Amino acid sequence: MITWTVAAPAISAAFLSSLVEAVEALTIVLAVGTVRGWRPAGLGALAGFLLLALIVLALGPLLDRVPLHLLQFAIGVLLLLFGMRWLRKAILRAAGVIPLHDETIAYATETAQLREQERQHKARLDWLAALASFKAIVLEGLEVVFIVIAVGAGRGLIIPASVGALAACLLVAAIGLAVHQPLARVPENTLKFAVGVMLSAFGVFWIGEGLGVAWPGEDIAIIAFAALFLVVGLAAVALTRLPRPKAVL
Amino acid sequence: MSALVSVLRQFAGLFVEDGWLALAILCIVALAGVVVLLVPRLSLVAGVILLFGCLGVLVANVIRAARHERVP
Repeated sequence: MITWTVAAPAISAAFLSSLVEAVEALTIVLAVGTVRGWRPAGLGALAGFLLLALIVLALGPLLDRVPLHLLQFAIGVLLLLFGMRWLRKAILRAAGVIPLHDETIAYATETAQLREQERQHKARLDWLAALASFKAIVLEGLEVVFIVIAVGAGRGLIIPASVGALAACLLVAAIGLAVHQPLARVPENTLKFAVGVMLSAFGVFWIGEGLGVAWPGEDIAIIAFAALFLVVGLAAVALTRLPRPKAVL
Repeated sequence: MSALVSVLRQFAGLFVEDGWLALAILCIVALAGVVVLLVPRLSLVAGVILLFGCLGVLVANVIRAARHERVP
């Protein structure tokens, strides 16, 4: 029986992190489509989605064979490394220690690179453009796949987490198709901060479960951990705040 | 081939960006694991070490990064 106390954080974590990844992938696919046309951009993206689907189909049955405590521990460690990496970066960006990520700059950089490739390798350009689109989908998609598996596998929440991730990808794709511009107004650092908090909380919880720690309140402990990571993260921003530098890629 | 290597390298980068942070997290996890192995009755102590150890490591890491950034 799936309870909302554990399903809601898993769905939100999958939705918010997929939103960030989908926005980043969309920026590159849009740049490819704008510079080289929608055919290589679409084909590259489609090939990327197919590879991701194959990875999910291959990994899914394997996960069932891993003992639950070992799975929880291994996924917990990866989640903690992944989540604290995002949280650290989001804290440093919020504090102005490192520049914020800017989709408009990312789009301009990708477009400039594609134009440079156009100048150098005219004959192979459609392949190169499709490859850029393919890489964007695979790299950002792998993060989404990892997060869905990581937040869902330990408690049989793969399907709810997948629904959260799919909803985010469809939302970004629909907005991207409508506006044909990089989604620069998405508050990416705030989303990364929130996702970093949630994934770090899940990571600590799963590692503890894997080690046999009897967390007080069981699943509700995840919410308490997330609150603690949030408070400490905000305090760390206040402790390290610097004058904000210019945004870069 | 180079695209595959690039994808694998970037995938590894998902988990490790700052080596010091990753190492410190793994040390905290190992410490919690040792406590559970040695004193299974006190598994909650291992949980406390894990939770507050990670929070401490995070704060120490961002303060260190901010100081490093301030040095001309």
